[in-house]
Parts: sequence; C-alpha cells; structure tokens
Amino acid sequence: MSNLLTLAQGAEEIGPSIAAIGYGTAAIGGGVGAGLIWSSVISGTARQPEAQGKLMGIAWISYVLVEVLALIGLVLYFIS
Amino acid sequence: MGLQVLAEGGEFEAPGVKDFLFSDPDKIWVLNKAMVLVVVAAIIVAVFYLTATRRMKIVPNRFQFIAESFYDLGRNTIAREQIGSAEFRPFVPLILALFSFILVNNLFGIIPVIYFPSLSHIGFPLALSVLVVYPVYHFVGMRKHGVGGYLKNQLFPPNVPWPVYLLLTPIEFITKFVANPLTLALRVFAAMLAGHLLLLVFILGGEYLVVEASGWFIAPGIFSWVFALVITFLEVLVMAIQAYVFAVLSASYIGAALAEEH
Repeated sequence: MSNLLTLAQGAEEIGPSIAAIGYGTAAIGGGVGAGLIWSSVISGTARQPEAQGKLMGIAWISYVLVEVLALIGLVLYFIS
Repeated sequence: MGLQVLAEGGEFEAPGVKDFLFSDPDKIWVLNKAMVLVVVAAIIVAVFYLTATRRMKIVPNRFQFIAESFYDLGRNTIAREQIGSAEFRPFVPLILALFSFILVNNLFGIIPVIYFPSLSHIGFPLALSVLVVYPVYHFVGMRKHGVGGYLKNQLFPPNVPWPVYLLLTPIEFITKFVANPLTLALRVFAAMLAGHLLLLVFILGGEYLVVEASGWFIAPGIFSWVFALVITFLEVLVMAIQAYVFAVLSASYIGAALAEEH
C-alpha cells in the first residue's frame, strides 16, 4: 500500500516531464509534414517559377492543417 | 563558486499560464487588460480605415497606400482566391476586418507598454470563430442551397460508392461542424500563447541570471536577452502569418460552403 502511495506521488512529480516528452513526440509529426509541404513548394517553384503564387496559397492551407496537430499537442500539454 | 552564488538568490519561478491571468478566473463579471485591448484594437482598425479612405486620391499618399495594400491583400489574395471571383464581393469586408483585427491584436504582444497578445486568451479567438465565422459560412451555404441541399452537399460528396458514406459522412460532419471552428480558434490561440511564453522564458530567465546570480552567469543571461530579441522578430512573422491564416481559412470555409460540388 505504501509502495503504491510512493508510486502515485512519484507519478505526480514526473507528470509534467512526461507531458513535455509527449508534446515533443507530437511535434515530430507536424515537423515532418511541414517539411514535406515546403520541400514540394520549393521544388515546384524551381520547376515553374510563375506558379509560385498559386503554390503558396495551397501550401499555406495545407501547412496550417498540419500545424494544428502540433498546436493541439501544446494545448494538451497545458491541460495535463 | 558560481553555483553557490546562484543558490543564494531567490528561487527561479518559471513563467507559466499564470502570467497570462489578470483577474480571478472564477469571477465572470470583471474588466481586465485583455478585454480593454480587444476594444482598443477594434477602435484602431476602424479609425485607421476611416481616416485612410476619407480623402482618397488617384495617386495615393503613403498612408492611403498602406491601407490599399491591406485591402488588396484581403480582397484579391485571400477572398477572391478562396471564394471564387463570382461570389467573393459580399465577404470582402468580413475577411478584411478579421485579418486587420487579428493582426492588431497579435501585434499588441510586442508593442512596448502593452506587451500582451489579447488572443492568447482562448475566449477571444473562440468567440471570433464560433460566433462570427461559423454562423456565417453555414448561413450563406444554407441560403444558397437550402438547408437540405446544403447538408447533402457538405455531408455526401458526389461520385463516391455508397458504402463509403458510412465512413465518410461522420468524418465530414465532425470536420464541418466541430473540428473546423475549434481548430480555427485553437490555432491562433496556441501560437500566441506559446510565442509569448517563449519570450517570457528568455526574458525572465535572463533577468534572473543577471540580477540574482553573479560572476559568469551574467554572460548567458545577456545572451538570453539577445536571443529574446531575435525571437521577437520571429514572433512578428508568426503574428502576421496567423492573422493571414485565420482570414484565409475563414474564406476557404465560406468558399467550400458556397461551392456547387464538393
């Protein structure tokens, strides 16, 4: 019983650290996604420079869709 | 030696969410800094556009030119691109107002004396998205297609074999009616909160190292201040992008609601 209590207290202390690790892991996905999007925009612009305006519009929309996953992770960090 | 000196000073209190609270969160009827700032931002935007457009000339002066650039961004780059050239006109004021209002609110975070991005309180972006953008795009969609036609348009995309609807329709419903307004608000809120918190960490950490500690700890403290300056410039970029993204996404939701086919 006392062991369990110590365990619970320990969990209380390491809670924020675990949450921080969790947020870091959540940010990996967003990072990879954002990298893929911008790399495609760069190569697309290199192939066809006049299409840059159109590409940027599409890229921002897809970028914010990816980014929001990382931001939700951040909010979850503060909630936990 | 250095460590001992560090230990003599007060305990370092890491900045957190508490730094964003101006009043007791349990009380509802209060007036705090964030609320005043939102009203001030609305006044700034209104006064700016009214004065800029009062005496317009064919060859614009500098003030008018700035206003025209913003108008051009809101009208051509955001609204016409996302909604389509046939129907974008009624929405230009809304999109432009959203963009300018959010930009001013965000920039409050780096303007001296104020130093607080008011949208880092979740209530304000949530109000903007749930009370302004959300009703608008559903209303215009239902006005154009009728309630049934609109729902059919949104929830049952054409050219799909029917068993897929079992999976697709709930996803579309959650996206259109729950996730879109929520993420729209979360995005600008989280970016503002995180950015301001980052600035707080570097400035307060540097202040602690310089004031409370001594000896070699002053060097990283000053370095941290320099880094806070660099991050401030990054923040300006993020603030502008978030305002732009909010306007673009609002326009794209409106465009999707008006579109004939999915």
